[in-house]
Amino acid sequence: MIYRIEVGFKRDIPDARGRLTEQRIKAYLGIPVRSVRTRSLYTIEAELSETEVELAARELFIDPIIQEYSINQGLNREEYDYSITVGFKPGVTDNVGRTAAAALQETFKRKMKEGEGVYTAVRYLLSGVSRRETERIARDLLANDLIEDAVIHDRRAADVEAPFPIKTGRRRSGAEGSSGLNIDEIDLEVSDEELLEISRSRTLALSLKEMISIRNYFRKKEVIEERKKLGLSSCPTDVELEALAQTWSEHCHHKVFNGIIHYIDEFNNRRTIHSLFQTYIKRVTAEIDSDRLLSVFKDNAGVIRFNDRLALVYKVETHNSPSALDPYGGAMTGIVGVNRDPFGTGLGAKLIANVWGYCLGNPFMKGNPPQGLLHPRRIREGVHRGVIEGGNQSGIPYLRGWELFEDRFMGKPLVFCGTLGEMPLEISGRPSYLKEIAPGDVVVMVGGRVGKDGIHGATFSSEELHESSPVQAVQIGDPITQKRMTDMLLEARDLLLYRGLTDNGAGGLSSSVGETAELAGGCEIDLARVPLKYPGLDPWEILVSEAQERMTLAVPPENLDRYLDLSAKRRVESSPLGVFTKSGKFHVRHEKKTVAYLNLDFLHHGDPPYELEARYIRKRFEEPEISIADHRETLLEMLGRLNVCSNEEKARQYDHEVQGRSIIKPFGGRRFDVPTDAGIMLAEYGSREGIVLTEGINPFYSDIDTYWMAASAVDLAVRRVVSAGGDPDFITGLDNFCWPNVVKEKMPERSHKLAQLVRAAEGLYDFCKAFRVPLISGKDSMSNDCTLTDPPISIPPVLLISVISKIDDVDRAVTPDVKKPGDLVYLVGLTHDELGGSELFRYYGEKTRGRAYIGNRVPRVNAETALKSYRALHRAIRKRLVRSCHTPAIGGIGAALVRKAIAGGYGLDIFLSAVPADIKTPAAAEINILYSESNSRFIVTIDPEQKEEFERVMSGITLARIGLVRRDELLRIRGLSGEAIISEKTDRLKAAWQGTLKGL
Amino acid sequence: MKKPEVLIITGDGLNCERETAYGFRLGGAHPDLVHITDLLDGRKRLNDYRILAFIGGFSNGDHLGAGTVQASRFRHKLREDLEIFMEQGKPIIGICNGFQTLVKLGILPGTEKRSWRQRATIMTNDSGIFEDRWVYLLLNPESPCIWTRGLGQMFLPVRHGEGKFFTSDPGLIPHLFRKGQVVARYADSRYLAPALEYPFNPNGSLEGIAGICDESGLIFGLMPHPEAYLFPYNHPSWTRDAALGKSLPREGQGAAIFRNAVSYVKGES
Repeated sequence: MIYRIEVGFKRDIPDARGRLTEQRIKAYLGIPVRSVRTRSLYTIEAELSETEVELAARELFIDPIIQEYSINQGLNREEYDYSITVGFKPGVTDNVGRTAAAALQETFKRKMKEGEGVYTAVRYLLSGVSRRETERIARDLLANDLIEDAVIHDRRAADVEAPFPIKTGRRRSGAEGSSGLNIDEIDLEVSDEELLEISRSRTLALSLKEMISIRNYFRKKEVIEERKKLGLSSCPTDVELEALAQTWSEHCHHKVFNGIIHYIDEFNNRRTIHSLFQTYIKRVTAEIDSDRLLSVFKDNAGVIRFNDRLALVYKVETHNSPSALDPYGGAMTGIVGVNRDPFGTGLGAKLIANVWGYCLGNPFMKGNPPQGLLHPRRIREGVHRGVIEGGNQSGIPYLRGWELFEDRFMGKPLVFCGTLGEMPLEISGRPSYLKEIAPGDVVVMVGGRVGKDGIHGATFSSEELHESSPVQAVQIGDPITQKRMTDMLLEARDLLLYRGLTDNGAGGLSSSVGETAELAGGCEIDLARVPLKYPGLDPWEILVSEAQERMTLAVPPENLDRYLDLSAKRRVESSPLGVFTKSGKFHVRHEKKTVAYLNLDFLHHGDPPYELEARYIRKRFEEPEISIADHRETLLEMLGRLNVCSNEEKARQYDHEVQGRSIIKPFGGRRFDVPTDAGIMLAEYGSREGIVLTEGINPFYSDIDTYWMAASAVDLAVRRVVSAGGDPDFITGLDNFCWPNVVKEKMPERSHKLAQLVRAAEGLYDFCKAFRVPLISGKDSMSNDCTLTDPPISIPPVLLISVISKIDDVDRAVTPDVKKPGDLVYLVGLTHDELGGSELFRYYGEKTRGRAYIGNRVPRVNAETALKSYRALHRAIRKRLVRSCHTPAIGGIGAALVRKAIAGGYGLDIFLSAVPADIKTPAAAEINILYSESNSRFIVTIDPEQKEEFERVMSGITLARIGLVRRDELLRIRGLSGEAIISEKTDRLKAAWQGTLKGL
Repeated sequence: MKKPEVLIITGDGLNCERETAYGFRLGGAHPDLVHITDLLDGRKRLNDYRILAFIGGFSNGDHLGAGTVQASRFRHKLREDLEIFMEQGKPIIGICNGFQTLVKLGILPGTEKRSWRQRATIMTNDSGIFEDRWVYLLLNPESPCIWTRGLGQMFLPVRHGEGKFFTSDPGLIPHLFRKGQVVARYADSRYLAPALEYPFNPNGSLEGIAGICDESGLIFGLMPHPEAYLFPYNHPSWTRDAALGKSLPREGQGAAIFRNAVSYVKGES
């Protein structure tokens, strides 16, 4: 039976979803819609009686106080002009439908049969719009064509309620699938062009060299012999080709970072780098050789010893390509996906903090984006919503968050999501951070079922966005299914029921089983045992599907029954698929028939390394001559700039509190509305030890020099730790590189972009070494371009450094807000003539000539003096000599002083003449002092009575008293001549700073 | 004396179990985290406990409305056990998702005769969005609520998208006021008066209602999270006091709520 339930709000009950939609239509599309009301639609396909459906509607589908329903007919009540009904396309995950189906089964104590289910849709009733406007609202706001269908209905034309979408959300019809045992054999004894065509047409993203190395493997005599015994021909099966393509993808194998690079620097010196990863990243960690490193660069996330009981596990990932196509689903999968990295490390970590960060196009961009791209405003809205819902529903607090804007990110938004986990150092005597998988252990897949969703995610994300980007690469996460699974697995972990686990992310089972098989020495699994969302998947699809919320476990056979029992009790699906072996083979069957049989060694190490040319070109940019008449106006306009202004409205929607351990939150100050430099959480309930979390990033310096871009990112992360009271000698880092494509020949300047990568890696190495920050994990995303336009849009090179540190006693934590009138303001560190890549240059260029200036004098770092200053300041903070501390970043001390003042609710008197500065352009000296983004600086306020003690502790460090905290709310900045060049009330400054993104 | 056993229901999307357990531990109880499936399948029994906590989180993803599926589970599978628990006069708290569940079950605001009929609701915030925001609460000293005895005001975070207390029954709210069942109301930052407007009233709740109890005062539901403020350092601007050398309170304000209930079952108050 098919029942259709329509749920709407009773008359006079506010419909918040409708109102929010109305606001978005007005704000995003500029259509003056009169009103929007919404309804929820449920299609129930199940053997239920009418009475049962009535009961279900009353108890499960409506809130009887505010809603009403109708069954199998429209509610037929409200006046409207057009309706838009939005439902999922066939086969797309419908989380609400899934929950409803489970609730029906529980209520009526009946299991749903194959083909039964609940499918949901939302209906929007619009008044005051035309048909064309309605179409635009559907296309540009309400439905994402990749995953959703929208049906428009004209109320006046028919004077009946819109029909229910029949097909919405239901699975694919059988005809689209196959019998389930379609195995292709692919003949590789063909021309080079044909080899490439095979790679292209199957979205394998394999190069000719790689295709040839696969052909060579299948030509080997011993390989042919072995295959013959199993009934396989000498041609690879599609299952094998897919497994190789996933494993060898840039996404999984980091081929640029592991490749051979012939590098020519700007002075024509040549050298060859064998793996950037080994040469710079792994090496710096090895050379620092800290005793807190427990597991680095070998598991899904890095692990450090935090104290004598606790290990911390940290990973930051990107999810850029999916977020470009489906911002909401892509970004949600980003956060719930990275959750599984620390969760899938060692024996599994409990997840205690999330972080987010986005690089986006300008949300105020006028006009339409190129065909195939979404407007940056819509991307921003969807990305936030996805990460908010994903993290909040997982019960993990967000401790940090940031966003940056630049036009080039329109082509590919960057969506960084990270997760911190904790584990006891030992679990019943076993080190928690190791996986010890043994032959004979059972391969168990746990969590969600497998469908066509997310097929080719790994190979797709290794490509730029182009017209035929596969739609099924988009997945929809379900944080609740994942939470149910991780809760259960933590129980199983503490009972030591399994020996190791890993995430089913990119590449699906092919990667997760393939990788763990390496630890044991082989595997043999049966794809017919994989539970499917719907029939009709070919074996290769089952193997590489990236359907979400799944992990792969190694369960010792003697524990299998106990494990399966626990899993069943918690309503989590677990399926034994086969065993780990020591055969050296990646052996995949479908029932009896072998569908893949590859040497593990070839699967993991058979891909030929990339060999690439890199040539560095030193670029010179126009150096502007700045002349500013009104400093007050400049400050107000700078505060409203996208990369300086407050994003609190969105940031407030992230849960910062759950788990009850966050103590320095993303926002602080008297009214809790000014961003802090680092997040701090209690290491344990009742403990005074704290975990410090922060990050450094500045892609704007990349155009000038990626070496100093990397140096600045490391310095910013380190000094933010220090600014909040964290220990500069306990900092551990993660690196996330996001780069334009440096491999494809059609990409402009690719050898220069690769050279920029070399310089960034050098900078990372030099400054991690100098600051003694070992790197424990990282990720690279190497194809951030969009070829839908001509020329392609490539992102500027981006390096994000995420760090964790420690604060021995959280009571010593310091925040940016000034605390008391009369307190002295100090500037620590030297200000240089370094406006290259600054916000001020972008502002000035856009204002005076409609196009940003870049300049050339990019901020540099002197690590030796910086580290000395960090250690001294840390001593001062430990001695409670510092009442407030804030480190400037984008917008320089001009923006930082304002944040300190408005956070504390007091004004400041500042004397620019006192600022220790090394400025070579006297004409623009004041502008340089205010807005230069020189690194390694802090603005500190102290109690005047502790002046001598503070200066004693800081002796030998460049610093100066530059002013004091006022009693009133006036910010007064005096220029070099002693005259006040800025005099403004903090509430005016705050309004400018908060206004830009309000309501967006 | 043996520490009172507290049942904290976990699982299927709930997520505040650890801090809630720590709150009860601070209060002198022995909390037990019990997965909802262990209750549904009868492996654990409500009646082995003296206090029951419905905690915060997203039970079943709130996919059919906050607390809806959880309420349906109790209505169909655990109704009898819950009735006995209530008849024995044992305290129950519902925080955020737990409050939503108790309201959808009809246990709050409740009537003299337990009807299990929903009389009010907690609906989507007027803003339409989830927000994390610290709020000022005025607690009603006249309330029979045993959880808030001796407490006048409190500063706690809300973290919800559905927190607006609403009823279409015009007589209900005056009735709740008369009986002292309106336990907590959102207030301005100086706790001078109840707040009806955003942002002090973060969700548009009628009369600024943040928490209510049943007539007996034993069953208490509230949207803000007392378990998120157990330590003085949880306060979003504690560094302002600390920097000026003022000593911080020994514990966060939320701890008192849990201690009150533990004292009550121990017969200390």
